[in-house]
Amino acid sequence: MKLIMAVIKPFKLDDVREALTPLGVQGLTAIEVKGFGRQKGQTEIYRGAEYHVSFLPKVKIEVAVPDSIADQVVEAITNAARTGKIGDGKIFVLDLERALRIRTGEADDEAL
Amino acid sequence: MSRNRFTRGTAALSAAVLTAAPFASAFADDAPAKIDSGDTAWMLTSTALVLMMTIPGLALFYAGMVRKKNILATMMQSFFICCLVTVLWMIAGYSLAFSNGNAYIGDLSRLFLKGIGENWDKPFTLGAGTDNSTAQTVPETVFMMFQLTFAIITPALITGAFADRMKFSALVIFMTLWSLLVYSPVAHWVWAPLGWINALGAADFAGGTVVHINAGIAGLVCAMVLGKRVGYGHDQMIPHNLAFAVIGASLLWVGWFGFNAGSAVAANGRAGMAMAVTQIAAAAAAIAWTFAEWMTKGKPSVLGAISGAVAGLVAITPASGFVLPGSALIIGLIAGVVCFWGATGLKHMMGYDDSLDAFGVHGVGGIVGALLTGILAYGPLSATEAAKDGVYIGGGALLKAQVIAIVATIIFSGVMTFILLKITDAIVGLRPSVDEEREGMDIVLHGEQVF
Repeated sequence: MKLIMAVIKPFKLDDVREALTPLGVQGLTAIEVKGFGRQKGQTEIYRGAEYHVSFLPKVKIEVAVPDSIADQVVEAITNAARTGKIGDGKIFVLDLERALRIRTGEADDEAL
Repeated sequence: MSRNRFTRGTAALSAAVLTAAPFASAFADDAPAKIDSGDTAWMLTSTALVLMMTIPGLALFYAGMVRKKNILATMMQSFFICCLVTVLWMIAGYSLAFSNGNAYIGDLSRLFLKGIGENWDKPFTLGAGTDNSTAQTVPETVFMMFQLTFAIITPALITGAFADRMKFSALVIFMTLWSLLVYSPVAHWVWAPLGWINALGAADFAGGTVVHINAGIAGLVCAMVLGKRVGYGHDQMIPHNLAFAVIGASLLWVGWFGFNAGSAVAANGRAGMAMAVTQIAAAAAAIAWTFAEWMTKGKPSVLGAISGAVAGLVAITPASGFVLPGSALIIGLIAGVVCFWGATGLKHMMGYDDSLDAFGVHGVGGIVGALLTGILAYGPLSATEAAKDGVYIGGGALLKAQVIAIVATIIFSGVMTFILLKITDAIVGLRPSVDEEREGMDIVLHGEQVF
């Protein structure tokens, strides 16, 4: 099993979800986050006081998938989240040791 | 006939007299004075409008501009000042401001509103027993309440200057002293029949000196004495929710009709003109600030637009019963640009941390408005039986009186605020510890949080 974490532009969340459904992905967690990367922040001015805001709003998604579809999922997220402009985000893939569905007690692949 | 804003003018006075004795003016002196229901209805309404300016108007305006850890503490300042000043006003503030007294302060004859019950259903005469008295057509309860709402908003305006960094105990002590020892005397100078600025002939229709310059200068002194917020110039101090501020500024704008048009103390032509010029000046100043910011900073910000509107409302306040719409347009445009400079240029040049620009908007806007009133006052709007061309006519003489009124208010408010802050500091200390300030006033002072 793999845990795939992706930091994406907030307005791409629905596109990503739609791209994952056909692959059999049953669930996904999305978190509103702030971060900085190569995309420079923005300058905000309030009554003449300038603030450089380097932390920009992003959405981080976490999705646990069986090994068999991990590569397809990564590819689907990449295609759905890409705008070609700086700040599109990153994807991280981690090995996942265990999974458990709390309601039924199903484990690992069956819990995903 | 009094030479202050409560002057009814010939037309208004005869209208009131006619209500009481519709036969002939010959009987006017003998006719029992009657409360005018139209005037009283408008003043009841105005009182509610002006109270709305502080709670929730100013509370929201200020709370939207602070960081999210200080929202409740900021709203509490306006809300609690409303409660505190109400009780102080009832006990002594009203007596110190509006009893006859001398040229500088009222006396203690009206402590606990003594005597207000005896004439509860009679029209009020301000300064009865002096040769400068003003007969009104509303009961004293209404006049006292209307004036109370001004006494409430003035100290509440100051809180913008020291937002995020004053202990609540210090606020309670300082505002108690300030209300009784600064607001009441200045209100007496300008609006009581025996007040020396009133006698000088300075024009302040709705509180340019008493409310805005007074609060603005006090705010400046507070900002300098308390010092900068921890992290000023380094930490992000971005307003947490400007939507609050837009709602607050809009409530202020609407409430200002009570503030300015209500200062006619009657439902008459002056009230109508005051309302018209208030709207025009607010809009013109908002446009002026917005374009000034757009041209110099690149974007027309929402905070800029609402700040400009408030600046215009401040500047038209002393002028509102004395100028015509064309002058209001000029006052608004000038106030918008000058206050934009006050809040963005002057503040950074001088290096004080006037957090929410109490001085930059109210102090600077108040001074601009008071000066322009001296130039643009249109005589006939303040005509009386004794002065047929008008009591207040723009020009050299009036401008000189305005300058004296402005300078006197600046010096008195500045010096007294400094002294009262030092007294407060000696009793409880003004600021929380650095760690407490970092943690936020909401949790440290009040044990509550919004988010």
